[in-house]
Amino acid sequence: MNWVACYTLFRKEISRFVKVWLQTVIAPVITSMLYVLVFGHVLEGRVEVFAGVSYVAFLIPGLMMMTVIQNAFANTSSSLIQSKVMGSLVFIMLPPFSHLEFFLAYVGAAIVRGLAVGVGVFLLAVLYVDVPVHNIFIVILFAILGSYVMGALGMVAGIWAEKFDQIAAFQSFLIVPLTFLSGVFYSISSLPPFWYALTKWNPFFYMIDGFRYGFFGQSDQPVMTSFLAMSGAAIVLTLVVLSFLRSGYKLRDS
Amino acid sequence: MTESNTAAISINQVSKRFEDLQALNGVNLTVRQGEFFGLLGPNGAGKSTLINALAGLLRVDSGTLEVMGHDVDKGYRQARQKLGVVPQEIVMDPFFTVRETLQFQSGYFGIRNNDVWIDELLEQLNLADKQDTNMRKLSGGMKRRVLIAQALVHKPPVLVLDEPTAGVDVELRQSMWRFVKRLHNEGHTIVLTTHYLEEAEELCDRIAIINHGQIIALEDKDDLLARGLGSKLVVRATQGISAVPGELKDKVLKLEGRTLELSLHKDQDSIMEILDRLRAAAMTIDHVSVVNDSLEDVFVQMTGNSSAESQGARR
Repeated sequence: MNWVACYTLFRKEISRFVKVWLQTVIAPVITSMLYVLVFGHVLEGRVEVFAGVSYVAFLIPGLMMMTVIQNAFANTSSSLIQSKVMGSLVFIMLPPFSHLEFFLAYVGAAIVRGLAVGVGVFLLAVLYVDVPVHNIFIVILFAILGSYVMGALGMVAGIWAEKFDQIAAFQSFLIVPLTFLSGVFYSISSLPPFWYALTKWNPFFYMIDGFRYGFFGQSDQPVMTSFLAMSGAAIVLTLVVLSFLRSGYKLRDS
Repeated sequence: MTESNTAAISINQVSKRFEDLQALNGVNLTVRQGEFFGLLGPNGAGKSTLINALAGLLRVDSGTLEVMGHDVDKGYRQARQKLGVVPQEIVMDPFFTVRETLQFQSGYFGIRNNDVWIDELLEQLNLADKQDTNMRKLSGGMKRRVLIAQALVHKPPVLVLDEPTAGVDVELRQSMWRFVKRLHNEGHTIVLTTHYLEEAEELCDRIAIINHGQIIALEDKDDLLARGLGSKLVVRATQGISAVPGELKDKVLKLEGRTLELSLHKDQDSIMEILDRLRAAAMTIDHVSVVNDSLEDVFVQMTGNSSAESQGARR
């Protein structure tokens, strides 16, 4: 393991999003806060999902995780597709990275961006509403797991895609619908049986449900189930990305 | 085998096919350490495919490639550590400055605190005053120089330059070659592909010509030049030349005023006989010179390209 190489690529990926922080950190935080303001204003006092928890407070962890998910995905996928389209991929294909170093650097940077936007949403949200934290360890664990899974999924998309619009399609037709239908704005217990059963096949649900447990100590599923589902997704995606990198799929044979 | 007597580059029976195109067809090639080696060929001959395979940017269908004795597939980490590649396309990461680009590239090869060498590269490639400039704001020639610096940032013993002077102005090209010559004198193995054949003729010790994915010539430069079919005899008369003896008419390349240019076949023609015939035709000769075949002439003869311009060869 060449830690200097891995850390350098990790640092470069962080620098890349920090250089455009308005777009990559501030904008998603603002968007999330708009959801809080609009939905909070409309639904506060009308809906109580968890006993003793206001709707706006219920909403915050879901929105935090939604922002974490979308930005972790965007970090790896946009970096890879930009490098491919602009030809600068050659600079990371020529050095002697191992597949694992390459993977860890990209996913590590995705986790940093995910946590940065998640913390940003939280810091602004607590100015507006009290958000209890039941177990900070579980909050951090799920934030990292969610970013990891989505960073890895972003690598799958970035390696597979050859054009920007393919990444956009991935986001519009997969990431956004699965996020919105994962219980960000509601508890899945309130869904009709068919949708309830379907949602349980949505991996994003477990990210949000487990994360929300860390705040309220209440969730739709046992937190261990969410943890195992996330860990399983993380392992599968890690193996997929490593096999792509090992074979050079769409990276080395074009 | 110790590293000192290992070939810098060893390519054995390498083949690569892209759908209908056999890009490489059983290529064998060895580049010795310390050589300044030229890889020439028309567009689409397989030069860049071979270089990309060597750099691990594409996988070959069969055969093996080694850099300093390390297989580019099985021992890719060691092989890539020993190799610097200047890609043909001008590419850059638009987020970073010149110095940041070089610092990151250095770190990718596991080298921290490399600023002394980076400073030297910036100085040698006339980039010192642009080190804090974003890559987007550089001219094409400057971006090309950054590519060279990136390839050298980990001090690789083998440097591959894939048409590094394409689109570069004369002054920059000359300063670039001075720097590359210095690297060669310091012991770096240099592999060059270029469309400027006079550059290969001036710089390279040994030259391979590739065409249709196969090596069709691999020789010392002087031996390769000697393979030329002939040369050119330039005769200047004291007065305007009005006629050429009949037996020489099919050798005339150019007749203009007092100057006559004749083609010479190295095995069939005698300069003395030709001059005797000219004198017999009452020509008073003022000056005679012989121009040997250039690398471009040999290249065109070997690759069958009648138009050097068509495949980019320029003089």
